[in-house]
This record gives sequence, C-alpha cells and structure tokens, in this order.
Amino acid sequence: MRRFLRPGHDPVRERLKRDLFQFNKTVEHGFPHQPSALGYSPFLRLMAIGTRSGAIKLYGAPGVEFMGLHEENNTVMQIHFIPDQCQLVTLLDDNSLHLWSLKQQGGASELREEHRFTLKGPPGSPPSATQVTAVLPHSSREVLYLGTESGSIFVVELPSFRVLEDRTITPEAVLQRMPEDNCNRRSCELVEALREHPKNPDQILIGYSRGLIVLWDLQNNKATHHFLGSQQLENLYWQRDGSKFISCHYDGSYTQWPVSSDNRQPEPLENTVPYGPFPCKAISKIYWQTTKNGLPYIIFQGGMPRASYGDRHSISVIHGSQQTAFDFTSRVIDFFIIFTSDPAAEFDDPSALVVLAEEELVVIDLKSAGWPAVHPPYLASLHCSAITCSHHVSNIPLKLWERIISAGSKQNVHYSSMPWPIDGGTNIAPDPPQRDLLLTGHEDGTVRFWDASGVCLHLLYKLSTVRVFLTDADPNDNMNTLGEDEWPPLRKVGTFDPYSDDPRLGIQKIYLCKYSGYLAVAGTAGQVLVMELNDEDAEHVVDHAEADLLQDQEGYRWKGHEKLKTRDGPVQFEAGFQPFVLVQCQPPAVVTSLALHSEWKLVAFGTSHGFGLFDHQQKQLVFVKCTLHPSDQLALEGPLSRVKSLKKSLRQSFRRIRRSRVSSRKRRGGGGNASEVQEANAKFDQDALQEMELAPVQRKIEARSAEDSFTGFVRTLYFADTFLRDSSRHCPSLWAGTNGGTVYAFCLRVPPAERRMDEPVRAEQAKEIQLMHRAPVVGILVLDGRSTPLPEPLEVAHDLSKSPDMQGSHQLLVVSEEQFKVFTLPKVSSKLKLKLTALEGCRVRKVTVANFGSCKTDDYSENDLAVLTNLGDIQIISLPFLKLQIRYPCIRKEDVSGIASCVFTKYGQGFYLISPSEFERFSLSTKWLVEPRCIVDMPEVTSNNHVHNRPGTENAARKS
Amino acid sequence: EFRRFSLERSKPGKFEEFYGLLQHVHKIPNVDVLVGYTDIHGDLLPINNDDNYHKAVSTANPLLRIFIQRKEDADYSAFGTDTMTRKKNVLSNVLRPDNHKKKPHIVISMPQDFRPVSSIIDVDILPETHRRVRLYKYGTDKPLGFYIRDGSSIRVTPHGLEKVPGIFISRLVPGGLAQSTGLLAVNDEVLEVNGIEVSGKSLDQVTDMMIANSRNLIITVRPANQRNNVVRNSRTSGSSGQSTESSLPSSTPNILGNLLQGEEESDEEDIIIEDSGEPQQIPKAAPTSESIESLSQIELLHESTQNGFLPSSEMNLNHSAGSISMEYEAPEPGRKSLEEDGTIITL
Repeated sequence: MRRFLRPGHDPVRERLKRDLFQFNKTVEHGFPHQPSALGYSPFLRLMAIGTRSGAIKLYGAPGVEFMGLHEENNTVMQIHFIPDQCQLVTLLDDNSLHLWSLKQQGGASELREEHRFTLKGPPGSPPSATQVTAVLPHSSREVLYLGTESGSIFVVELPSFRVLEDRTITPEAVLQRMPEDNCNRRSCELVEALREHPKNPDQILIGYSRGLIVLWDLQNNKATHHFLGSQQLENLYWQRDGSKFISCHYDGSYTQWPVSSDNRQPEPLENTVPYGPFPCKAISKIYWQTTKNGLPYIIFQGGMPRASYGDRHSISVIHGSQQTAFDFTSRVIDFFIIFTSDPAAEFDDPSALVVLAEEELVVIDLKSAGWPAVHPPYLASLHCSAITCSHHVSNIPLKLWERIISAGSKQNVHYSSMPWPIDGGTNIAPDPPQRDLLLTGHEDGTVRFWDASGVCLHLLYKLSTVRVFLTDADPNDNMNTLGEDEWPPLRKVGTFDPYSDDPRLGIQKIYLCKYSGYLAVAGTAGQVLVMELNDEDAEHVVDHAEADLLQDQEGYRWKGHEKLKTRDGPVQFEAGFQPFVLVQCQPPAVVTSLALHSEWKLVAFGTSHGFGLFDHQQKQLVFVKCTLHPSDQLALEGPLSRVKSLKKSLRQSFRRIRRSRVSSRKRRGGGGNASEVQEANAKFDQDALQEMELAPVQRKIEARSAEDSFTGFVRTLYFADTFLRDSSRHCPSLWAGTNGGTVYAFCLRVPPAERRMDEPVRAEQAKEIQLMHRAPVVGILVLDGRSTPLPEPLEVAHDLSKSPDMQGSHQLLVVSEEQFKVFTLPKVSSKLKLKLTALEGCRVRKVTVANFGSCKTDDYSENDLAVLTNLGDIQIISLPFLKLQIRYPCIRKEDVSGIASCVFTKYGQGFYLISPSEFERFSLSTKWLVEPRCIVDMPEVTSNNHVHNRPGTENAARKS
Repeated sequence: EFRRFSLERSKPGKFEEFYGLLQHVHKIPNVDVLVGYTDIHGDLLPINNDDNYHKAVSTANPLLRIFIQRKEDADYSAFGTDTMTRKKNVLSNVLRPDNHKKKPHIVISMPQDFRPVSSIIDVDILPETHRRVRLYKYGTDKPLGFYIRDGSSIRVTPHGLEKVPGIFISRLVPGGLAQSTGLLAVNDEVLEVNGIEVSGKSLDQVTDMMIANSRNLIITVRPANQRNNVVRNSRTSGSSGQSTESSLPSSTPNILGNLLQGEEESDEEDIIIEDSGEPQQIPKAAPTSESIESLSQIELLHESTQNGFLPSSEMNLNHSAGSISMEYEAPEPGRKSLEEDGTIITL
C-alpha cells in the first residue's frame, strides 16, 4: 500500500519544507551583457546602466544595487536622472520614455517604473516628427525637453508626461531671427543636443545636427543667439560659469564659443582638431572642466586619426601639458566625470573619469599622478577571458581568506588607492554570514578567486597556470610599451582580453581544499596541477609526471591536440598558489573529472580514456585505469567529435539564413533590381522549407548499449573512507563513475603519517558496478551509519564536522543522469531508487549535497540533494529516502550554457551564467539569502530656491 | 532408475541447487535433463525454475514424484494438461515415444524458453481507438528501431475541436523491433510512455522517457490507421466503457499500475563485479523485497512446521541455506557468463 501514499501528504513535513526551502533569484553578479546607455546622478551619487535587453541597473556604494526591466525588452538608448530627485527617465529604441523612481518600502528602497509615454505627433505626420533624439530634464523638475529628428522640441510635464503643446519649440520659431543668408529650414533638422544654462535655468542651448547652435530663452520664447557652426555637430558642453560652451564635431574638432549678453553675431573663440592634421574620427562627447590652477581638463571621446587609429576606442584627457588617450578594450558606450558635488564651488575640480565600455567598466583617478585606474568593487568583467568552469567553496577559514587577500593585494599595486567614487545610498543588508569563494576557470589558463560572500562579487586574486608551460606567445611581448614621443599618446586600460593564446591552457576542473590550502587545477590538454599556497615569491622546479591512460591498449592514434610543453628548470612564481606537481594525461584529452584528498595527499583525475590516482606527497603515480571501450573510436581519436551536432547545426543555420533573408526582404523597399533578388530569395526560401519538411526534427529511440561512444568518459571521482570489502574494516577508497553507467571502486592503502614517505600508496580494484540503464554517472556519495554524507577531508580534523558514524552500515548513492540509486555497503545490494527520467522525462545535469537550515529554529538542519535538470528545473530530493521535496523552474531549458555553468553551494545557494559576463545568484534556502538591501535617501538640498550654478544632471545623451 | 531422497519443505532452496542435487544423486553431472512432476490433477508439469519448483514442493502430497528425461531425447509434447490421465504410462511414453507419433501434437516450447515478447496489452481497459504496445527489447538483439517527431492532432475538448501539439512516430527502422512486430506504424500518435502521459512534454523529454524505459517500453498510441482496431462485442462490455469519449486524452485510463511497475523492477538489475570476479546481478536489499517473497516464505515455513520433513524422505538433505547468497537469485536468462560458485549443497 505504500506506493499509494503520495509524498507530500504529511502536514508536519509540509510545514517543515516551508521552513527549509524557498527559491529566490537574488542578485546578478558581474558586468551587464550588452550595455547600451549610461547615466549618473551627482546628487544621488548613483550610476545607471541600461542594456540592449531593456534592463536598467543602478549602482552606488558597494552593496547598493537596484535592477529594473522594461517590459518591452527594447534597447535602452538614454538614461537621465531628474535633478535633485530619486527619479530617472529612460528612452528606449522604440521611442518610448519611462519614468522610474526609487521608493522606500519596508525599510529598503526599491526601483519601480512609474509611467511610460510615447510622444505622438499630429495625425499624418511622419514618424521622424516625434522620434526623440535628445532629452533634457529641466532643473525645475517639472518638465522634460524632448528634441526630435524633425527639429522640433517638445515639452512634457512631469511626472504625468502631458505634452505642453503651447511651449513646443518649432524650427520655424528658431529660424525667425536668423541672419537672412543662413536661413535654411534644413539647418534645423535633428536635434543633437539640449543643454540647460548652468546659471540661468531660463536659457537652454539647442544643438542641431547640421551645426547650428541656438541659445533659447524660455521666458520670452525666442532665440537670443545663433551660433553658426560649419561642421556637423556631435555634442555640446557648458562651462561651469556659463560664459562659454564647447561644441564637438564629426570631423574630430571641437570649438569654444563665447556667450555674451549683447546681440553681436557670436564668432568661435577657438577651433581645434586635437589629433589633426590628417582626417580624424568624430569627437562624440566632450567635457571642459575647470580647476583652481587655471588649467582645464579637456576630456573627450574619439577624435583619433581616421586612417591609423580609427579602430581604437579612446577617451583623451588633456590637462596642461599632460595628455593621455586611454585606449579601451571594447567600444566605449558612454562616460561621465565625477567632479565637485558642492554647487557653490567655483571650480569643477574633477576627480574621476568613469567609462562604460561594451565589455567592462573603467574608472580613472584624475587626482593622482599618472592617472591610475581604480579597482571597481562591482561590475567585474567575469569574462575577461571566457569562463570555462566554476567551483564554489563555502565558509572559508579566516586564515586562508587573509592569505588569499594578501596574495591578491600584491597583484593590485598598480591600482589607485582612491576610495570608490560612486558612493550613493546605504547598504543595510546584514553582513554576509560566512566567507565564500567562487573560483572561475578561464580559457586563457587563469583561475580567478572571487569574494562571493555578499552582493558585490569582488576579485580577490588571480592565478595563472601559463607560467608552467611553454607557449607560442612570447611573455615579453608587451604591446603597451610606447616611447615618450609616441603620438597619439595611447595607454591601454582595462582587463578584457577574450583572445586566448592557446586553447589547451583552458581550465576545466578546479578543486580547492579550504583547510590545507591545496588547490588542484586541471585543463584542456590533460594537465593536472597541484598547488600550495605560499605567501612569498618563489622560484622552484615543478615536478612532472605522465599518466598513460591507454596503458596496454594498442594500435590507437590520438588525433587531437598535442600535450603542452613544459618549461625546463626552475620557474619564478609570485606569492599565492604555486604549482609543485604537474601530471599530464596521455593522450592529452580534456580532464573531465578531478578530486583531491588533502589528508591522504592524493589527487585523482579522469578523461575520456580513463582515470588515474597520483600521490602528490611522494610524487608518484599510484595507478591508472583505462575505461575505454575498444570499439569507441570517437573517444580515441580526439576531441569530442561533432558528427552528431553537425546535422543539427546545419539545420539551424538553414533556418537562420531563412530568417535573415525574410527580415532583410521586409526592410528592403521596392526597386528594379530588388524584385529580382526577392524572387531568388523566395525560391531559396521555398527550397529550404521543402528541405525542412522532408526531414522534420525527429529523435531516434534506442536503448543505450555498451558500444555507444564515450562510455568510458569519466564523469565523476570521489574519495571516501568506507566499508568496501567487509563490514568490520573501513578503508580509504576511490570511486569513479563513467558516461556508460559504470562505477569503479578502488580500495586504497595509504601508509600512516609517520611512514607516509617510506611506503607506497597501494590501490586495488574492489568493485565494479554496471548500471543497466547505462546512463552517465554524475554523482557518487557515501552516507554514513546515520545516513549523513561523509565529511570532506580534514573537516573532522578541524572540528568543523562530527566524525562520521562508522558503526552503522554505510550506503552508497549513485546518481546517474536518469536515476538515483542507493546501495548497501560493503555488500552491494540495491536499496532504493528514484527513476527521474522515466517519470518526468528530465535528466540530471548537476547534483550536490546541500545543507538546509530551518528559518524557524536554529537547531534543525538537514542534508538534501540539490539537483538541476536539463529542463532548467531545480529539484530538492531528500536523503536518504530519495523523495522529491520541491521543484522550482530556474533556467530556461534552451539556455544550455546557463545550465552547464550552474554551481551549487553547500548551503543551498547557486550561481549560473545568464550571459558570458554575468552570474545570476539564487537561493534555495530560507536561511541563507544574499540579496541587495539598501536605502537611497534624498540628500539635503543646500538651497531650496534652485540655485542652478551646478551644471544640472549628467546628461548621457548619445546616439548610436 | 529410481531414487528417493528428502527435501526440507520449508526451505526448498533454489531450482539450480535442486537440479544439481538431481544430477548428483543420479550421477549424471554433465547431462542436460528435463525435470517434470505430476501435480494433483495428474498433469505432467515441468520443473525448470524457482517458481514451479517451489510450487511442486509445496503441492507434494506427501510425495513429490519427479520424472527426469535426457534433454536431447525429451518429448516436449508429453507435458501439458491431462497428460497423466491420457497416457497411463508416462514412462513407456517417454521411453518409446515413437508409438505415439500417430497424431502430431502441437509443439509448445518449454517454459524455460519462454520470454516476454512484444505485444498489444490492456485491450480490455483501453478505448478502442487506442492501443497499448509493449516493446520487449529484452533478450533480442533487435534495436527498438523507431523515431518520433513533433506534430499536431485534433482533439475534442469542451470548447470544440482544437488543434493540440502531439508526439508522433515518424520513422521505423527496417528490421527493428517496432517494424518487425508491426505494433507501431508511422504517424501513430504517442499518448503515454510507461503510464505517463506525454501531453505537455517536449520531444526531447519524451525521447528521454522512452530511452529511460527502453528495456521494457510500453507506449500507448492512437494508431494512424484506425481500421485494424479491436472490435468489441458490445459497446457496454469491457471494463473501460469509455469508447464513446475515446478521443479525449484525459479519458485514457491510467491503469498501467502496479503490475507493470512490479514487472519493471525485476528486469533491470544492475550488475556488480566484486574483486575482479565474475559479474553478478545486484540483488535487492532485504527491506524492500519484503512484500511477496517473504510472505510466501512465511507460509511455507508454517506448513513445514506442521508437516516436518516430507515423510517419504529417504535421504536427508542438509540444506545450508545460510551460505546461499542472495546474489544468485533470478539470474538473467541469456547472461551465460553468470557462474554459481557460492552455492554449497551438502548431502
């Protein structure tokens, strides 16, 4: 009758489940994918970043973060904070305007969308009449000025977005008092920039795309001055005192204009092409910042000589004789300057330059000599080199934490010591409950150590494994060494560097023992490095061993990449984790599993050919086991074959072609030649369509067999001290699970500590289990006599875990992609199983044991399995009874890389990549929750009667 | 040759042991033999597995008479209903089979050669328009041999006819189980996989479910060709009575139930190799196998305490049950490499 009792009918358990489990996506770490707009409020000292997917993110002091998402998922084009308010306006590429505000709710601030608005012209007018190109929030906080493609400037009331039609500034009105010979309707097409006078809120500066600049008097509704620029206008900037303004142009020049009170036709004071005389690219934005010593800071984006440096993404800073062109690693989206926040101050006195590039945020300290970069506490570019794997370690002991930080600080000496300049808002989140490390492995052979304890994912230390190997890239080849007289004075800034010298260096598996400081790292070319933390720089030889995983199998030829060449002789290592042992698998296939036992000083590694065990104390290979099926040619010959996916990718590319042709056809208008092309396209479409109908997406239904490919692929390795041979004696053991559903168990004999160096470690195969369903084994776990998972190595020695129960009988949990099975030990008989795939059609992608504490009582906690399936669902399954507790949809099932990147923590949290540069953090626990909680208060406004001697709000007006 | 010996009724042991015992007492260790017995109705029935061996022992009243034939000489037709009444002298029949060859008997293969085969099942409980097919991969080398695809089908819903997505058989591999049994056809709509409805599941999910169940795959389909449907005598007969609303997927009876689950349990035992020895099946741990087996064990025990040893016993069989490992229970037929080295029978 038991099978009729459905789980979830026990009210006590149901209540407990509510106290234990809760799913929340809490915060996004890293750098926003495809940023498209930047805004800054000097009043709130908050920065806003908009993205192409319609997200808007606000950042202030570390821990102060807000996120909003536009329903339309359209690209955010511009962001403007309303002066002296907790409000901002966004302009999307669908021409809609959105008003967001920070409101306090339940003790914390929240970002909410208040209103949306799309400018509508009179009936029959072309769309360009209302296409917004420039936005100016007026310092009165009551109105927004919207410049459009047609040249009209509309005035809308805030926060209602009501159009004040009588106040519209039409091109006709602007041209009224123009000198006759320049009076051309076309000179008022497209409003490029709108700037409010820094001292007189009744005057605004209007810049038109063709070069005409007009100072408009809002009171009298008339133009007071016309500035006749001859070059196509890019942007405008008022000087602090309002006596001059700067215009920058498409031809790479900028011009200073005086604003006088008389009615003379104004003439430019100065016209400069900073990188002339050869044709230059546009200067798209410019700042002119005054200082006490009289020398202004002129900061502008672009303007590089078109022919030789036209591909650079640069921002130039000129201060007296100092000039530097900061050369960014990716396209500059926008930038702003942080300067004095005191409205009464006489000078701008800029302190920092904040640049949003497409792939990273760079902040330059303008106060310190040499203009060093500031290390950002958030918005880290996780993808400086593509992330290839991640590993999370919870609850790091303080000692190790401090040593890692100290090693990291030695790497960061070239950063400025300036405190983080964007410091608005107050972080009111409780301190993180523990110190957590997230380790990311990268394609370029580096491992980055991130502080993952709190909301700000902060880089602590970066480890490179490249030094151990000889690679093609010359380490002394420094692109940045430029002589004194180099022109333009380019200086490379930023860390984004997606180009890997050698793909074999890529990190695939990481294992860190937090108690001993041992770190094992394994890579794409079968390399396994064991490292130790050293607080000093050191030069030493890395012991080198080879593990021939094919052993006696003969007649096979590896067609994949070669193994990495090692450096002979001693290698210089900087303080931090320093490798002392290198094991290279032969054939040099990618390492697919890794386990380290710091107490026994053993490291186990597996590839698609087999697995091996290495004694890193004696520096001896203990044994290797070939898991390869003799008929498995694919695994033998080289990197995972693309045979299967080829068909699929062909099909997909067919579809893509089709889609792009369809859309391009939509865009294209009529025309003689076009119709011909259209016809050809239509024919092509039809052919492609027919092809697809002939071969619909279908799936073969076939039982897996021992002969399938990659059955020998080692998926998981596990060390356990358990009863393998008989129930009276337990011994160290190594377990391995393969893609073909085989589990191998080896009995290990590790000499006692006093004879550890004298006697060899021995291993003997004790068991081999073949799961009949042959699904890949993704997890192996031994439960002790109390059905508790065995503790990690050294956990008991550090008094951080109860010693395992060696009295009661142990159980073995084998998790395959399809089933969970509990077996008894030492005699293997099946005890329990959960057939996940047969019931639900989903497969296990990731599985970890997690400890869940109750939010009601401190003294209750339990261990469960946290499981991520190929459908992107997260399931919690109880131990040891394998009952499904709860299920949450988490990742879209189409997001394969997101699912593949997921890591669970030991306390029921997790991370997965939502883009190459961003981790989403989630929590399954009611108890451990790391999420931003912060307050943004309105700073005291020094004077209430709007003394507008502050140059308004940063206006990040950009067109792309 | 006649032999008499005793068995402990409460612990009859395994058929294999019994078989070894027979070979031992007849001193024919390497001869393949057929073992039969007469049941209470006088039928000659075979003993060739644990079940019918236990049955034979439990029905012995009080004597269990066993017939042994050399396998190559065996007359399979001798087995069956009424054998004993029809042929008074089975032995003469066995020894001189030629005398009785006048009428050719329908040859029924031995139960040991029986194996589950692919078939249409649950005809009585399913709507006429549906067909539940069991593809029994086990014991054949044939691939399942079919492909599935996405498609759409018309359903009767409370809101009228609606087009809903469905999963269909798209292709049969020649020579595969699906094609050779003729149970599935291209464009049949898949409704359930091993009792679980596929509606709302993606093609990949259904693929994974089928592969996960591939050793004993039970698919409920709506055949594309509805002309070969089973015609019932009357619409009201049968246990389903749902044929009128058969096009509603929700009406599909979900009675695959426990029987299937139970059967499934037994057919998928994992294999263990201990200390590089021979592969063996992993048995179930004691607590989970309590249900039926232990129950029957208890009954047997009860009976035997009443009767004690079989009165006809001449030899006492010291059955060292304790040494018999659970691991040798129900070896997979066809897995020839299985060895029984743990069995100890002392006489």
